[in-house]
Formats: sequence, C-alpha cells, structure tokens
Amino acid sequence: MSKNTTAPIIKLKTGIPGFDDITNGGLPQGRTTLISGTAGSAKTVFAVQFLSAGIEKSGEPGVFVTFEESPNDIRQNMVSFGWDIQKWEDEGLWAFVDASPQLAEDTIFAGSYDLGALLARIEHAVHKTGAKRVAVDSLGAIFTQLTEYISVRSELFRIASALKKMGVTAVLTAERVQEYGEIARYGVEEFVADNVIILRNALEDEKRRRTIEILKFRGTAHQKGEFPFTIMPGSGIAIIPLSAIELKQSSSDIRITSGNAELDKMCGGGFFRDSIILVSGATGTGKTLTVTEFIAGGAAIGERCLLFAFEESREQLFRNATGWGVDFRKMEEEGTLKLICRYPEVAGPEDHLINMKTEIERFAPNRVAVDSLSALERVATVRGFREFVIGLTSFIKHKETAGLFTSTTPSLMGGTSVTEAHISTVTDSIIMLRYVEMYGEMRRGLTVLKMRGSMHDKEIREFTIDGRGMHIGKAFKNITGILVGNPVSIPPNEMDRISTLFQDQQGR
Amino acid sequence: MSAIYQLKLYITGQTPRSRRAIENLYQTCQEMLNGRYDLTIIDVLEHPELAEEEKILATPTLIKVTPPPLRRIIGDLSDTEKVFIGLDLQINSVFPLPKGTLKDE
Repeated sequence: MSKNTTAPIIKLKTGIPGFDDITNGGLPQGRTTLISGTAGSAKTVFAVQFLSAGIEKSGEPGVFVTFEESPNDIRQNMVSFGWDIQKWEDEGLWAFVDASPQLAEDTIFAGSYDLGALLARIEHAVHKTGAKRVAVDSLGAIFTQLTEYISVRSELFRIASALKKMGVTAVLTAERVQEYGEIARYGVEEFVADNVIILRNALEDEKRRRTIEILKFRGTAHQKGEFPFTIMPGSGIAIIPLSAIELKQSSSDIRITSGNAELDKMCGGGFFRDSIILVSGATGTGKTLTVTEFIAGGAAIGERCLLFAFEESREQLFRNATGWGVDFRKMEEEGTLKLICRYPEVAGPEDHLINMKTEIERFAPNRVAVDSLSALERVATVRGFREFVIGLTSFIKHKETAGLFTSTTPSLMGGTSVTEAHISTVTDSIIMLRYVEMYGEMRRGLTVLKMRGSMHDKEIREFTIDGRGMHIGKAFKNITGILVGNPVSIPPNEMDRISTLFQDQQGR
Repeated sequence: MSAIYQLKLYITGQTPRSRRAIENLYQTCQEMLNGRYDLTIIDVLEHPELAEEEKILATPTLIKVTPPPLRRIIGDLSDTEKVFIGLDLQINSVFPLPKGTLKDE
C-alpha cells in the first residue's frame, strides 16, 4: 500500500576502525541501535567512540546522555584514548545530558510521572549542537534510579521513538548478565531498538578475548558471527573484520630475489613480489638466516624491509646477521630496514595485529618478515591465532608486499606445527628446513614444498651455513624419509633398482 | 512555624499529569501552609535549559528549596502521605485527612 513511502536504509559511516566493514557500511542512519554487553565489555568506550569518531572524522556533533557515570568521570576516563571531550564541549561539538544519580539529594516518589523532562533535555541538547549522533549510556541504570509508579518499558519506547523523530542516529547501551544468554538484563531493552549489537569479553584458556557480534539489523545486511576487537590506548576500539576481507588482491608475475641465488633457482627464478612465504623448521635449522638473507637481498637493491622479531632482541639479531656477513645496523641507518622487536607476551594477538598493521602502514615496506609466527601462538587461543594469521596475511597481500614468515616445528626431526596447520593454505610458498641424520652426523636439508603458480625444484637439497650465509648444495640422493623425520639411507644399488623399476615394466 | 516554603515545580506542558500535580500541590499548600509559600512553576518544554541546570529527569518534579533539607518529590503528588513526608509536614498537626482526598478522580 505504501509503496513509494519506503526509502532504502542509508548507513552512517561510524568511523570506528573495522566497524563499517562488518556492518557493510555503518549504522543504519536515523535509527536506534542497542549495544549490549556484560560489565567491562567496553560499552561506554564504544558509545563515546561513536561520538568522538563522528566529530573527528566527519565533523558531526554529538550528544551523550549518561545515566551511570558523571560527565566528569567520562571526560577523565577518555583522555587516555586521546579524546578531549572538554575541548569539544567548548567548541559546541559535544553536549552532555547528565542523568547520572545525584547522591547528595533526597528523592521521594509521590505519584505517577514520566521521563518528559529528560526527553526535553535531550531534544534541547540536540538542537543546540546540531547533533547527528546520540549515545545513551546505559539503559539499565534508569531502572535503578526510577522504580515506583512507572512503566520503564513504555518510557524506553518513548525515548527510542523520540530519538527517531529527531532524526539522529543513536546507540543505547545495556547491561547483560552472561556472555551467552539473555540479550539484556531486564529483557525489554532489545525491543526498543531497531538493531542489536553484542559486545563480549570472554575468558578462554585463561586469555581474554573481546568480540563484537551484530545480532540484528532490521531490514539491512551485515556480516555474521563474532569478530575479534581490541582496545588500543590512544585510539580506542579497533575491530578486525575477518569475513569482510575480500580476496581481490591483484597478482603479479614479477619475481623478487630471496637473497640467495641458489634458492631463487630452486623456486624457478625467485619469489613472486606479492606472495606470502612460510619457512618452517625446527630450532636452529636456519630460519632466522633465511629471513636475514631475504632482507639483505631486498636492501641490496634499495627495497624497504620491515622485520618483526618476537624471539630475539635487536642486539642478538645484529650479532646473528653480522655472523652471516650482513650489516643490519648500516641498513637501518640507510633507511632500508626497520627492526621491531616485541616480546609476544606484552599484548594479545589482536593488539599485535593492529600494531603491526600500523607499522606497515607507516613504513610502507616492500618486504615484511616475521620471525617467528609460532612465538605468538603462546599468547593466543587457537581461534585467536588463526584470526591473527589470516588478518595479517590478507593485509600484507592487499598491500602487494612480499611477506616471509617463519614457523618453528616442535620436534627436531620432521613434524609440523600448529602454525603451519593454520597458515599453510594462505601461503603461496612453503620452504621446509629439516635436520637430516646421516652416519652419526646432523646435516641440514631444504626443500621447496609448494610454490603457487610456478615450477620449482622438488628435490631435498643439503645446505651448509658459514660466515657468508647459506649455501645450497646437492640433493640427498640415497636417503628417504627426511620430511617425516625418519631418514633411512638406501644402498646405491637399491636406488638404481628402484629408479629403473618402472622403466623396465614400460620396456616390456 | 514561620518558615517560608520555597518550592519549584517542573512540568512538561499542559498534560493531564501536569494539571493533576498543580492541583494537588495547590490544595496541599492552601490547607497546610496558609500562604507561607513561594511557588514557581517551570514548563521544561519552554525552558529545557532550566531542567538541565537542575538535572531534572522525570516530570512532574517538585523541589523544596527551603526550608532545608533540599528535597525532590517526583510524581503527580497524588500520594498525599508521601508529599507530606517530602515537605516535612506533620499529618496530624491540623487534622487527619481522609485517605484519597487529594487524589484525582
């Protein structure tokens, strides 16, 4: 009947990092969205950031209605995120409607009432500032302040519909009791809003994991499931939009050197410029050396290289490189290398990911190396780690940068690591470094296991390490079972017999 | 007994609830305060900034500014007993009111 009156839903870009990706463009404009979460799930931060991002990124003024914390507390608490609310208030871009409990005053209830005064104040603040965005934090606190003679449910409906009438895009926060269960404490909050978003702060394997889920977006599409997010000092909430990542990286045929001429040859002429390479091996097999040569090879032709080290300190890395004839210090002075050493335990995987992305954005490298990815496994849940790896690889590929990651296998001989299980499908090339036991001696073997889009050497070659780096030699001819970690030598005459076995049959 | 009552009543427009609060308040004042009061009625729809100043959340709200203590009485003032308590009036100081006298019909 009303065929021409329904306009398509326009989305308002919130400016919260990652949020506009998982919502397919932002919050539905002119509507109300409920943000529900347990205590400590960052509801207030989200509400404040919704307004501050509006001011900072699109110059849209905002009104903050607080039922819980006093405006002064909020101003103070948000300084650490770099949000100067006082300044915005002075500039007329931000207005508080203070509905926090006034403890000093004695209040008596004597008959029926409504929240008309609050609505008048919100409306006044919206008109005064010209606000496009309104945040209400939190709905549950109204219930504790107002108890007698009132239907809170109908009053909440009034507030929600009044906000709609004002044409503002609003977020309302609400308390939950459990991470998985009722949407909000009083069971009515979710019905007053058009959209429902849930923030979680769950404990998993003794590690905190924050996620955001869009539960309901009336009449418009969004990404489904839980998305990890983190709270960064100095910038606030950052969401990692995994499913929103698009597989649309362009692919190039341009080859780059691995820093080792023999390895280039094995790879059919070098790595592809925008590929992700995984180097896997047990401790001491030469992973850090491969990284060092990869960087030295890039720096030698003036490419910018960024190395994230999670296992060794700067001094150790300098010393190692010098031992292989590479001068990291000089490269840093010349600006071709940036070395970032972080202890994995200082942050969660989400924080590491955001930090690494920021560094990559800032340095704009041609080559990125991570030594080692497995070190980050310690600080992440299985799921969190997988998301980290996917988030990082897709970001690097998107930048059309070459990425070289190392992964440590837990056993000395053969075997795979958890890292590989998660990463092997997103990498373009896999290089394996293995110990080979031969006649009471430990030797090292290298093979190119996978090389997407290119022919490559399939032999397992022996390599040696000296003061000038890695030297790849001949293939292990009469040994079998290296990759599974059980090398068995086969007498040469047996080798000959096996290699001619099929010829014989064909010849017959 | 000579203290002057300074009262402020916040309402939102001419709703039945607003009118009820005004009528109930006038009746209490007439009967109990013998003109020893100074009442200001503020419509928050016209003066939202005044509501902001006093951080009024609900309407009607009656604020007893003097005599101390400062007190807020929220509602249409139909619960006479609560109103008396809020204004520090002794119910039996004049004569006991039959219950429901001041409630709206």
